Amino acid sequence: MPPAPGARSIASGGRVLILTLTLITLTSSLLATDPGPGSIAPPTLIMVNDLDYDNGESLTISWVPSLDDVPGQSEVVAYRILRSSGGGQEATIGTVLAGESTFVDQSVNRDSAYVYRVATIAANGGEGYSLPTDAVVPNREWLNWDLVWLFLACLVLGGSVVFFIETARRGKKLFVRKIAGLEAIDEAIGRATEMGRPILYIPGIQDMDEVETLASLTILGKVSRQIADYDTQLFMPVARSLVMTAGRETIKTSYLEAGRADAFNEDMVRYITDEQFGYVAAVDGYMVRERPATIFLLGAFFGESLVLAEMGNSVGAIQIAGTARPPQIPFFVAACDYTLIGEELFAASAYLSGEPRQLGSLKGQDVGKGIAMAVILIGVAAATIAELTGSGFFAGVVSTLQNVFTTR
Amino acid sequence: MRREVPLLITFITGVVFALSYFIPGGWLGQTERVFGDWITIVQAFAVWLGVLNLLKISLIKIQRKEHDWGYSVVIAVCLVGTIAAGMYSGFAPQFESFRDPETPFNFIFRNIFAPLGATMFAILAFYVASASYRAFRARNREATILLIASFFVMGGRVPLLDSIFMPIIDGTFFADFAGWIMSYPVTAGQRAIAIGIALGIMASSLRVILGIERSHIGGGN
Repeated sequence: MPPAPGARSIASGGRVLILTLTLITLTSSLLATDPGPGSIAPPTLIMVNDLDYDNGESLTISWVPSLDDVPGQSEVVAYRILRSSGGGQEATIGTVLAGESTFVDQSVNRDSAYVYRVATIAANGGEGYSLPTDAVVPNREWLNWDLVWLFLACLVLGGSVVFFIETARRGKKLFVRKIAGLEAIDEAIGRATEMGRPILYIPGIQDMDEVETLASLTILGKVSRQIADYDTQLFMPVARSLVMTAGRETIKTSYLEAGRADAFNEDMVRYITDEQFGYVAAVDGYMVRERPATIFLLGAFFGESLVLAEMGNSVGAIQIAGTARPPQIPFFVAACDYTLIGEELFAASAYLSGEPRQLGSLKGQDVGKGIAMAVILIGVAAATIAELTGSGFFAGVVSTLQNVFTTR
Repeated sequence: MRREVPLLITFITGVVFALSYFIPGGWLGQTERVFGDWITIVQAFAVWLGVLNLLKISLIKIQRKEHDWGYSVVIAVCLVGTIAAGMYSGFAPQFESFRDPETPFNFIFRNIFAPLGATMFAILAFYVASASYRAFRARNREATILLIASFFVMGGRVPLLDSIFMPIIDGTFFADFAGWIMSYPVTAGQRAIAIGIALGIMASSLRVILGIERSHIGGGN
């Protein structure tokens, strides 16, 4: 990724500083060292680097280990890192074991200058001190330049989402393809109503800070509204307390909107446990005892996905599942009747609401997909041509694309 | 106000978290850390909401002798017993912490909790077999392709096929072929899904931050 012009000057300035520091420290370390009592060789080439793209709150100290630090037969037991600032007294700020050669000092203040020494500590109590480094000041970087391309991509995609939301708000009709799993929600709820059996809604096992859980609760709002209309029994076991509170609020609002406030019961949403397989045991037990006619598995799932889905399959429930965890998607495809794959889970609330502004955001996603497809095609074509012809230009295109779309 | 205040909080925290990813320092970074601490504190207190709800429902079920009330007795006894064991292990002077190997809490963890969790996890092996059986039935063209691909992947990974065909095909042809299937077609499919997910998360987050999507706070306009 070629850095922005500003970044280049900052980066080159940083390189010159590091190079100068290295040369000074290398020269001083090689010319003179202070063996101290016990005559154990001190570490050499002490380098102090400012951590890139941070708030100016840490410095990394690295060194070449003592000549006496030999793996397996070492006389050295540890290294002690000493620091002084502003001509003040030197103090030990940390110790690392023999064999290690870096230490991150996270107790520095921006705009203060620090001088470091590293001491070898021998098994017999002897110590060997390096010479002090030059004073180094930790810097703050305002923007993480490694993420600048990602930042621009977010701006383009965010802008296109907002543009299409506005377009939809002005009344333009937007086409959204049919999603089978969402079209089947009516059928699934109707089936449970006809059979007089409950509907089980499982929102995954993660907390409210997980976007999949949030997407699941938005779908719950639409589903529970329909359940309230049909007067069907709903049960939602949860693995997180905050999801319980948010789930209750969501269902309560749906029942109020349906004019069925009397049918709402807080116990529809029940906390089970945070423990993954304890939760699975309780939910599987419910499936076996109550035999729900319909099961929704929508949210963040891990190893428990197949245990839940297979149990639901064995009790004959119609199952609609959806997750954004690629490793769990095949399990749901194998065990459930309908599966929302990845992005379909996030599109569900917009799709079900039919609200123009929400549908507009889905069209914004399509711009992102279009850009991704174009970049993939260009990258594949350039890599193939570079491989076949040995062209430096096309190899450069591939390298540039790799840099742009790689986040360090 | 009941809608506006949560929407405003969502907007501010959303913008702060998004920007602090790109701008690590300054007041944005500090605010993000403060918000992170708040989340941890709220989650810690929220645990009690869940525990009390579980206990309340279990006790009501026992009191009314509802259907399957015996399970509620087990839940209530285990819940109260584990909390008591944890408190004793944490405060008794003979233990340094409740994590000490000799504590009653650790005994419960090692001898009841961990084996029960492992048992549930082990059931997964049987479910993988039954789900695979259904998935691999060649009912249509896609399922047939899946069946053939899975035959080569499983046979190449074991590596059964290379052993069987060793007299005819020398080397690791089937293991390499299984590796090729996993590295190219499977990875390409997974990356396509991952790109869609990333874009979906972004659009979904924008809907929430901009207040267009409100179901998580009870919906409404």
